[in-house]
Amino acid sequence: MRYACIAQSLAAIVILSMPATAFEVEEKKLYASSSETRRLKVISTADINVFEPIILAFQRENRNVAIDYVVASSSEVMRAIYDENAPFDLAISSAMDLQTKLANDGFAQDYRSDATAKLPTWAQWHNQIFAFTLEPALLVISKAAFQGLQVPATREELVALLRDNPKVFDGRIGTYDVRKSGAGYLFATQESRNTETFWRLTEVMGRLNARLYCCSSSMIDDVANGKLAIAYNVLGSYAQLRVNDDSELQIVPMQDFVTVMLRTAIIPKTNINQQDAGAMIDFLTSLQSGSDLARQTGLPPINGAKAEADKAMRPIRLGPGLLVFLDSQKRENFIRNWESSITQR
Amino acid sequence: MGGKLVHISIRRRLVLQLAAIAALLSLAFFLGVRAVAERAAADTQDNILAASASSIAEALYSERGKIRLDLPYSALSMLGTISQDRVFYRIIDADTTITGYDDLPVLASSGIGPDFYTFPYRGEDVRQVVLTRAVSTGDAIKEVTVAVAQTRLGLAAVSSRITATATAVGVLFFLVATALSLFAAQTALRPLNTMAASVTRRGPNDLRPVTGNTPTELAPLVDALNSFILRLKSSLNRSEDFIAEAAHRVRTPLATVRTQAEVIHRRLEHAEDRTALREMIRAVDESSRSAGQLLDHAMVTFRSDQFEPLDIDLGQLLLDTCDRLRPTADLKDIELTVAIPNTALPFSGDPVLLQNALRNILDNAIKYSPADSMIAVRIEDAKEYRLSFRDQGRGFEGADVNHLSGRFSRGSNVSDIVGSGLGLTIVDEVARAHKGRVIIASNEGGIGACVTLVLPKA
Repeated sequence: MRYACIAQSLAAIVILSMPATAFEVEEKKLYASSSETRRLKVISTADINVFEPIILAFQRENRNVAIDYVVASSSEVMRAIYDENAPFDLAISSAMDLQTKLANDGFAQDYRSDATAKLPTWAQWHNQIFAFTLEPALLVISKAAFQGLQVPATREELVALLRDNPKVFDGRIGTYDVRKSGAGYLFATQESRNTETFWRLTEVMGRLNARLYCCSSSMIDDVANGKLAIAYNVLGSYAQLRVNDDSELQIVPMQDFVTVMLRTAIIPKTNINQQDAGAMIDFLTSLQSGSDLARQTGLPPINGAKAEADKAMRPIRLGPGLLVFLDSQKRENFIRNWESSITQR
Repeated sequence: MGGKLVHISIRRRLVLQLAAIAALLSLAFFLGVRAVAERAAADTQDNILAASASSIAEALYSERGKIRLDLPYSALSMLGTISQDRVFYRIIDADTTITGYDDLPVLASSGIGPDFYTFPYRGEDVRQVVLTRAVSTGDAIKEVTVAVAQTRLGLAAVSSRITATATAVGVLFFLVATALSLFAAQTALRPLNTMAASVTRRGPNDLRPVTGNTPTELAPLVDALNSFILRLKSSLNRSEDFIAEAAHRVRTPLATVRTQAEVIHRRLEHAEDRTALREMIRAVDESSRSAGQLLDHAMVTFRSDQFEPLDIDLGQLLLDTCDRLRPTADLKDIELTVAIPNTALPFSGDPVLLQNALRNILDNAIKYSPADSMIAVRIEDAKEYRLSFRDQGRGFEGADVNHLSGRFSRGSNVSDIVGSGLGLTIVDEVARAHKGRVIIASNEGGIGACVTLVLPKA
């Protein structure tokens, strides 16, 4: 098994790992305010460059709020809140299952407002978890690698394509390492529920020495620089941002189904500024698709999203079902099966 | 029942009692619906919990002598279908937690079927199902306990929704029932009101029995009332008959007494004796006249009760009456002028009654007029017939003209003239029998009075 999680190159102001905490921080930036009276501490899985426009827009409406933005992986977000009770006012994560676990086990605070009342019921749970984006897991391919090849439209076709062209794809398939990536684990477990093809696809990828990644961005990097021909289950928001700039990249919509993940926010019980955390949730859930902010961030807001119209889109349902794959034995079994498929041992 | 209650209206008592019953029924309905609905909602949660626990139990298996669980996705996702409640589970083999929440208290299972418990956990009340399942590990069989718990916020929401609905329906039921009981009380008491109104509306002489549709409950009352009316009527009749009989019996001997007195008067020589006898004759006249009017009155009362109108000509009737009384007027040198329109004056009435009334008016006018005066009689034919008798007598001099038509009531200035006070009473009763009225007024300028009999055309 080749493991290729490449360290992130960080453009923003980075303060690595705060001294008193054990959870691992990837990036950190303080958005100061000249008239600061309050501070909002946010822990999030969204990269700074993705989320910055939202923070700045929020600050334009709330001038006296300074925002302390900490980026961590979804499992580290979980660790910070669940194990270490770190004092954050808002936890934003793409790992719906972990957010659900936090809320279910009593680590989140109730919040109700006009904005949350407008959210569809499937986009919130227990008045504690609020979804604000719909992010599909997509297939990203390198146009160069696919010259002369039929672009697959379903997972069946993808399995056949990979099986028939081992020379093209050997060592050039990228996917999440589900042991490291919360989002990857969520996508994989949901797909395993949706289709039997999942396990065959994993087998084929394993046989072709698939490379495993921690994050969507590094996977897309490697497709862009030619190391990969195909990246499977890349976060839609990241992919869209990159495809806009790089004509070599192409997003392939799967027509059998597309797993759609909801990016959600919760207010941890440990918060000290609930007021602004609530304001931020209102701000996030009011984002409109097609707005400038949505374009800048590449985040597809829930409002006006076409997920319900498009039958192939299959949003992951919030609720106690998400706790199932967090069960220790269930996870153990799933990882064991996945490992044996992907490593071919 | 105290004396006070007698005065409370039946309607109010009926409405209050019906409203109280409606309130009780509403309350019973509210409590019943809520109990049933909450039981149903709680059962729904229990059923889903039991289904979840048994699907977990079925996913238990053993691997190398150890019990393991392949948690089915549906086991927990089904709990998310009815509400957004928090879910906890714990699987125990003996005292070891196989998987789930280590700190979830698991109450003893009876071992027969799923057992349900409610207790606080992590800050909220949870409903827990516990069941045990025997799992074979190859060389041994182990009793595994499965516990699934869920918070009850969804249940509370359902319960408050049901309570709100049940309250609304209960209040609505009460309001409708009260409105209906008001209506029912009104309807039930309507015959009573109708009967009371019809009795109240009757004239003073109307002694017919009460008829019409009376509900069975009122029949005894109506019967009693009718028998009372009958007795009253026969008693009145008897007294009228008695008066008439008495008057008749008195009048005939009085006429004899008067004739004899006249004869003796002529023969008497002493002036004192003659004066005494004249006084006597005057008293006899008074008695005779009273007896006559009593007879007239009895006749008028009788004919009014049995009113049978004929088509007559009012003008002719008046002329006849005037002619009959003209000799009396001539005795006092009173000039009687009659002004009647040339046309016929058709009227539907009882000629005997009318004649009696006209004669009484004229008689009065002549009696109270001084000698050598004038009485003007005329008929106006307008919307109604107005028969007016204007004299130059002493008038009514401020007497209460409204009371003059009462029985035996006379003006305050007539003590020197023979009269019974029945004349105007007779006129009034005749007018009433014809749906008309009598207007008594003093003449302008103070000399004389005017009596007008107003008779509406059919």
